[in-house]
Amino acid sequence: MNYIVIILSMVFVSNFVLARFLGLCPFIGVSRRTSDALGMGLAVTFVMTLASAVTWVIYTYFLRAGAANIFYRLGLIGRSQSLVPVLKVTSYILVIAVLVQLVEMFLHKVVPVLYRTLGIYLPLITTNCAIMGVALLSTTAWPGAQEPRFLEAVVQGFGAGIGFLLAMLLMSGIRERLALSRVPECFQDVPIAFICTGMMALSFMAFAGMIR
Amino acid sequence: MSIVISALVVMSLLGVTFGIGLALASRRLAVEVDPRIEQVTEALPGLNCGACGYAQCAAYAEALVKGEASVGLCSPGGEEVASLVGTILGLKVEVATPRVAVLRCHRQNCPERCDYDGLDDCRGAELLQAGFLACHYGCLGLGTCVEACQFEALLMGEDGLPRVIEENCVACGACVCVCPRNLFTLESVSDYIHLRCNSHDRGAVARKVCERSCIACRLCERECPVDAITMVNNLAVIDQEKCIRCGQCVRVCPNEVIVDFRLARGIAIERDQHEEETELAS
Repeated sequence: MNYIVIILSMVFVSNFVLARFLGLCPFIGVSRRTSDALGMGLAVTFVMTLASAVTWVIYTYFLRAGAANIFYRLGLIGRSQSLVPVLKVTSYILVIAVLVQLVEMFLHKVVPVLYRTLGIYLPLITTNCAIMGVALLSTTAWPGAQEPRFLEAVVQGFGAGIGFLLAMLLMSGIRERLALSRVPECFQDVPIAFICTGMMALSFMAFAGMIR
Repeated sequence: MSIVISALVVMSLLGVTFGIGLALASRRLAVEVDPRIEQVTEALPGLNCGACGYAQCAAYAEALVKGEASVGLCSPGGEEVASLVGTILGLKVEVATPRVAVLRCHRQNCPERCDYDGLDDCRGAELLQAGFLACHYGCLGLGTCVEACQFEALLMGEDGLPRVIEENCVACGACVCVCPRNLFTLESVSDYIHLRCNSHDRGAVARKVCERSCIACRLCERECPVDAITMVNNLAVIDQEKCIRCGQCVRVCPNEVIVDFRLARGIAIERDQHEEETELAS
């Protein structure tokens, strides 16, 4: 039951693009066509899920203060000492970069068309704040006793990815129709897309407060 | 101090593990790339226009190196690119004569069936009850082709018909794909007698909906000395391979639907046709 709550909250209540405004670069850049948006959304979901999983392992066993910390077991640091503020960004970005590289290699071999279509946006997933956001959220953002378990962290990452995918599909549907409408020239393409994003974000506010 | 050591240990451990992991993965997921593909892609114009039949220049380069495609297919590149590619691949080059897009419509005073208030796009208009014009085969004039052309070879004229700017046209076929009524064809530059009508309506109907339509009167068919013209579904069809470009059909057509495209191109015409030139041009 808990997992369904997590997914619903990641997809609707705190949608990474529309409620948290993370990951706007690929959101605007790849959402011109629905087929591209679908491919990008799936790639991001994959990276987010794996990133959540790997960073949870690193967080629990290497960074967090507590009995599980390997360095505490080795006697190097005290029980309440934590490596989190020192290493969270560095190690997480390393993990994310490696995962994106893996996805790139996989796509180049298995689905070269998608690889070529996504072009520069594929390596840009590395610097995408949404992925880092998910990694940090699944691990470091929980106070005290509420530290998430492994499966909860993974589901959180997966849900965030699905939320991103949903937002991208909605946006690409709107943009495909906008391309044929009479938009004033100064607003065409990107500006009108941002205005639409704002309106979509407003409508997604309706979900706020659904889940505490 | 111990925190520093621990931090160093973590990062080194992660670095080594991931480094080995990636190296193994790159071996497993390696993609064999022929270096000539890169060279050919560089030689191609890089416009990704689709004239060769491949979505991107990179895809055409791959097909060329694999031997699946012939060398002369790049129309924007023309002879220059074809010979470059031929040098890289060690192939002989045959380049086709340049082609341009030809609009097969001369819509004049075609009445509107209804008020159209929908998407500003010919394809959208065509989806709604086959368009807002009385003629079901002619140009709707909303400019989808002009938008689709990435070489600025199409301009919307004042009469609501797109004009082809032949110097810029590279025969990529974007307008051919995009026009919902299939009004564009790609014709060789050396063919200049074309029928500018697409209407399969019977003569009586065609006459009502357009002042310059083909009414299938068969005068051109009778006058053609080499029998290059046939009637297919109330529309004259000129066989460009048989056509000797004498211009008889142009002179004889009552609605001036068969057009000598040299007039638009400004090429000099022989002297015994001089009177026709001034008559048709006015």
